[in-house]
Amino acid sequence: MALETEETADSVEFDFAMDRRCFVQVLGAGLMIAVSHGSALAQNRGGRGGGRDGGNRSVSARIHIANDGTITVLTGKIEMGQGARTELTQAAAEELRVSVGQVQMLMGDTGLVPDDGVTAGSRTTPSTVPAVRQGAAAARELLVALAAKKWNVESGTLEVREGRITHAGSQRTVTYAELAKSGEAAESLKQSAPAGVSVTPVDKWRVMGTPVPRINRRDLVTGAHKYPSDYTRPGMLYGKVLRPPSYGAKLLSVDLTPAKAMPGVIAVQDGVFAGVAAPTTLRAEQALKAVAETAKWEPAPHPSSKEIFDYLRQGAQGGVPQNPFAEEVAQAAKALRATYHVAYVQHAPMETRTALAEWNDGKLTVWTGTQSPFGYHGELARAFRLPNENVRVIVPDFGCGFGGKHTGEAAVEAGRLAQAAGKPVLLRWTREEEFTWAYFRPAAVIDVEASLDAGGKLTSWHFVNINSGGAAVDTPYRAGKARSRFVSSNAPLRQGSYRTLAATANNFARESFMDELAAAAGADPLDFRLAHLENPRLRAVLEEAAERFNWRERVKQKQADSGVGLACGTEKGSYVAACVEIALDRAQDKIIVRRVSEVFECGAVVNPDNLTAQVQGCIIMGLGPALREEMRFAEGQMRNAVFSRYLVPRLADVPELDIHLLNRPDLESAGGGETPIVAIAPAIANAVFHATGRRIREMPIRLTAPSGA
Amino acid sequence: MDTTFTLTVNGRPRTVTTDSQRSLLHLLREDLGLTGPKYGCGEGQCGACTVLIDGKREHACLLPAKDAAGKSVTTIEGLSTGDKLHPVQEAFLAEGAMQCGYCTPGMILSAVALLNEKPKPTEEEIHSWMGTQICRCCGYPRILKAVRRAVDAAKR
Repeated sequence: MALETEETADSVEFDFAMDRRCFVQVLGAGLMIAVSHGSALAQNRGGRGGGRDGGNRSVSARIHIANDGTITVLTGKIEMGQGARTELTQAAAEELRVSVGQVQMLMGDTGLVPDDGVTAGSRTTPSTVPAVRQGAAAARELLVALAAKKWNVESGTLEVREGRITHAGSQRTVTYAELAKSGEAAESLKQSAPAGVSVTPVDKWRVMGTPVPRINRRDLVTGAHKYPSDYTRPGMLYGKVLRPPSYGAKLLSVDLTPAKAMPGVIAVQDGVFAGVAAPTTLRAEQALKAVAETAKWEPAPHPSSKEIFDYLRQGAQGGVPQNPFAEEVAQAAKALRATYHVAYVQHAPMETRTALAEWNDGKLTVWTGTQSPFGYHGELARAFRLPNENVRVIVPDFGCGFGGKHTGEAAVEAGRLAQAAGKPVLLRWTREEEFTWAYFRPAAVIDVEASLDAGGKLTSWHFVNINSGGAAVDTPYRAGKARSRFVSSNAPLRQGSYRTLAATANNFARESFMDELAAAAGADPLDFRLAHLENPRLRAVLEEAAERFNWRERVKQKQADSGVGLACGTEKGSYVAACVEIALDRAQDKIIVRRVSEVFECGAVVNPDNLTAQVQGCIIMGLGPALREEMRFAEGQMRNAVFSRYLVPRLADVPELDIHLLNRPDLESAGGGETPIVAIAPAIANAVFHATGRRIREMPIRLTAPSGA
Repeated sequence: MDTTFTLTVNGRPRTVTTDSQRSLLHLLREDLGLTGPKYGCGEGQCGACTVLIDGKREHACLLPAKDAAGKSVTTIEGLSTGDKLHPVQEAFLAEGAMQCGYCTPGMILSAVALLNEKPKPTEEEIHSWMGTQICRCCGYPRILKAVRRAVDAAKR
C-alpha cells in the first residue's frame, strides 16, 4: 500500500476464492447509511482522490451549507485522539468567520469526503489545515459575492463577522443561514474556488491559535460517542478469525463441521482464511475453539527476540556498510564507535482493530478505525475484486492509532465473514491478537562511529541504521565528513509506522553517542552539542530547555543514585529538547524518571491546549519503550501478548513535567503529535551515565538485563 | 447453559436470560445496548470496562454476568441525571481530561468509586487507586487533575 511521506506498514495479503453463492446470499439484505446529510451531500463530493488534485473542484466538496444554515466541513482525515477534529473545526471557523459551534466536521467517510491522504506523518496541520482554510475562505468569498450581487455593491465593501455579512454603507446585513434558506448559498458553493482567495494572517487569528477544547468532549464523558467497536447493525453477528499457532505456520486442513453444528453459527474457510460468526461473542469464541481443535498446521522456523539483533545484522540487505572515513578515524585525536539496540514494541491502542462489515447488492460498507480510510477502501476493493464505487469505508472517531492502524486486515476479515454469513459482522480483535498479529515498531541495530580532533570538534560521522528506518537518520550536527544510512533487513515480524517512525531509534543512538563524544572530548553535553549545531530553531529549544532545567548548575551536582541528562532532535519540521532528572531505585533495580523539562517548537501554534496534551502524551508514552516495553517472542509465539506482561506507562510513571511550547507565529505551522517523543529516551540514557558512569546502549534502558529476556 | 435472573441497570430493573458463562461486559454491550463499558484487555489490567456494582468498581470483562444478579449496575450511561452531569464528569470536562476518550468512561467510573469508598482521599490514595487504569494516549496529567478537582468539589 502506498502511503504518504515515509509512512510504512506491512500489509496482509488476502487471496479469496470468492464463492459466487455468497453474493446471492447477501442480495436484498437492505442497507441504511447512518449519515444524516443525505444524498445532496453525496452528490456534491468531488470523488476519490479529489482532496489532493487541487483542480477545479466545487467548493462544496469541502464546505457544505445546508438550507437550515448548518455548515459541514468534509475531510478524509480521521480523529483518534490527536485532536484533528478540533483543529480542523478551528481552521474552518477562522476562515468562514463563524464560531466553532457553527461548524461540524464530517470525517473519514470514503463515500462522502475528499481523499486527504492517510492521517499520519504529522501532516494534518501542514497539509489539511491549509486545505480546509482555503476551502472555507473560498466559501466565504462566494457567499460574500452572492450578497454583493443581491445588493448590487462591490464585494470588497462587505464585512463578515460571526456568520453575518454586513454592508456598512447601507447598514444592510444578511447571515449565512438566511442566504442558505433559499438554497442559493448551496448553489453558490457548487462553483470552483475563486482565484486569489486569501486566508487570515496569523496576527488576525481569532479562533486558530486559541485553546479550543475538544469539540465532542461531552459525548466522551457521557459514553454517548460510538467508537467503531460500538456500532451495531440489524441482525449483526460477532466474528472470530482462526489464527495460526505460530508465526509462519501454514494451514493444512480444518474441519468446520463441529462449529457449524452450533446454533446460530456460520463458519467459513477460504484458502488459508478461516473464521466464524455467531449471535454473541461468547458463542463465536466457542465456535472458534471448535474450529481450532480440528486445524492441522505446518510450522515454520522463526527467530526469537533473544537473538533478534544478530539476526537483523546478518539479514542486512547488501551487508552492513563500512565506514568510508577510515582516514579521518586514523588521524583523529580520538575516535569512538558504538552499537545501539532498540527492541520491537507495539502501539497497543486502547481500542483494538475492529471492523463492522455489511454487504448489500454486492456493495460493501465497513465501519472501522483506521488512519487510512482510502487505503482501506482500496484494500477492500482489491480483496473482494470490487469496483471502487461499490466500497464505502466509514471511520467514526476511534480509540488510538499512533501509526498502528494503516492496514485493513480486520476490515477484509470482517468483510469475508459478512459475505459468508449473509449478515453484517462485527469483528473485534482481542488484545492478544492485536499484540501478535498487528504490526510492530521495527527493532533497530544502529552502528555509529565518529572522530574528534584535538580541539574536541567532530571530524567524521558514520551512522548506519539496520532495519528500523530512515526517519531522522541524518545528523543535524556539523560533523566534518558525514554519512548516515538506513539499510533494511530480513524482518521476522510485521513492521510499520509508529509515532515518529524510526526517528526515536535514530535519535536514541545519535543523542546517546553525542553524549559519549562529549565525555570523550571532556566537554559538557550541552556545550558540545551547541558547538556543533547551526540550526537556530534546534539551538533555541535546546537552550530554552537547559535554561528552564537549570542545566549548568544541576549537571555539576553529583548525588548518589541520581543523575541528569539531555537530548534534542528535529523531525517533520518541528524541534524538541528535553532535560531529565532520574533516580535509581537500587532495591528494585529500577530507573525512576523524576522530572522532565521539555521545550517544543512547531511554528505557529494552532491550539496550545491540544498541543500541550500531545507533548505530555508523547513524553509519557515514550517512557514505555524507553524503560520497559519490548515484544518478547520465541518459537514463533509472542510471549507477552497481554497488558500484564507488556507494561505500558501508568499514572505511577508520570514524572513532574515542565512543558514549554515555543510559539513561532512567524513560521508555518507543523504537526506536533509525534516529534515530542524522540528526546525522552536518550535523555534518560544520558542521565543514567551521569548517575552511574555506565552507558546503556539499549532500549529499553535497564540497569541489568532481565534473565531470560 | 442459559440462566435467567434480574438485576438493576442504571436504576432500571432488567430480567435477562443468558449463557451462564457470559461476562457482564458482553451482556451489557451485546444484549442491553450499553456500549459505554469498553473492551480493552480481557484480563482486568486496563480498566476500560469498569462499571459500578452496588457503587463499587468492577471489571465487567472478568465478572460473570450472573454474579450481578440482584445487584445494581451503573455504567457511564447511567451516571448523569437527565442533562445534569455527575460532578466527576464535569471535572473531566473542565480539565479537558480526554484524548481519544476510549478509557474515559472507565476512568470516570473509577473516580466515582473512589469517592464512594473514600470521600476524602489523600493524594497517595488517588494515585494508587487511579494507577490501575490505562490511558494509552497517556493523558494521565489531566486525568489526575480532573480527579483532584472532583475530590475538591466533593469536599466542599
